[in-house]
Amino acid sequence: MGDVFANAMPVQGLIGGLMIGTASAIMLLGLGRIAGVSGLAARATGITVDGAPRPLAIAFVVGLPLGALLVALILGPVEERFEQGLAALVIGGLVVGFGTRLGSGCTSGHGVCGMSRLSARSLVATATFMVMGFATVAVMNAMGLGQ
Amino acid sequence: MKRPIVFALIAGALFGAGLAVSGMADPQRVRGFLDLFGAWDPTLAFVMGGALIPMAIAWRVQRRMTSPMAADRFALPTARDLDPRLIGGAALFGIGWGIAGLCPGPAIADLAIAPVPAAIFVVAMLGGMILHRLLPAAPVKQPTLETSNV
Repeated sequence: MGDVFANAMPVQGLIGGLMIGTASAIMLLGLGRIAGVSGLAARATGITVDGAPRPLAIAFVVGLPLGALLVALILGPVEERFEQGLAALVIGGLVVGFGTRLGSGCTSGHGVCGMSRLSARSLVATATFMVMGFATVAVMNAMGLGQ
Repeated sequence: MKRPIVFALIAGALFGAGLAVSGMADPQRVRGFLDLFGAWDPTLAFVMGGALIPMAIAWRVQRRMTSPMAADRFALPTARDLDPRLIGGAALFGIGWGIAGLCPGPAIADLAIAPVPAAIFVVAMLGGMILHRLLPAAPVKQPTLETSNV
């Protein structure tokens, strides 16, 4: 069984996931808000006027890299393999930005917060972006665009 | 302590730390999860499972609270309809996620880990959000024209 999913990090994944869920719970029970990163990013940058008070959105968004930086300082270098190339970063970024606004959320808002609330919209959105993510990587691999 | 900005900063930092600990700051690991028919890496499923546990509890606690700890009221989504925007937007998001291996949280957290590529993605993402804003707003239940002979 040793080589099945040889690269998986189930323990770190679970611990990191519990941290993400706890952070989302702080947003919900502390501030009465959904910890949806796409919405908070749009609010922090002034792209939308809907949602959390802007200072709170900015504080949350600034906290994201701060938390990652703390982990790097305390636990050592954080794994980051950016091998996708410039075109994938730009096209992927554009589509993610447009899609998350149109669909009212991303992995955090729909995936973590909405699914745990058993929101039908979030369950449908999460199933949709998961399936499209699987399909996109499969198609890219078939086209020889695998990374 | 009723300092909402402290709650928001701590939540953001804990969220970012969780992304870094879980391996989700690594776009190749995320693509590994999305590579269902290749060398599949299930780590993201553990992350999602782990994140759902505190939130499932939090929703139960929330139902017993009249107001949040550091805000006047709960401001939570109320939409219920499975409209084309929801599904189309989620589909587009999934495509972009697959192309780059990045979604908004990890991309922003990565500004501290891999600043240059993360910044390129984040700027493009904000560009996509601005493009969306230029679209006409969602129609408010426009009356549909019935045509009898389609």
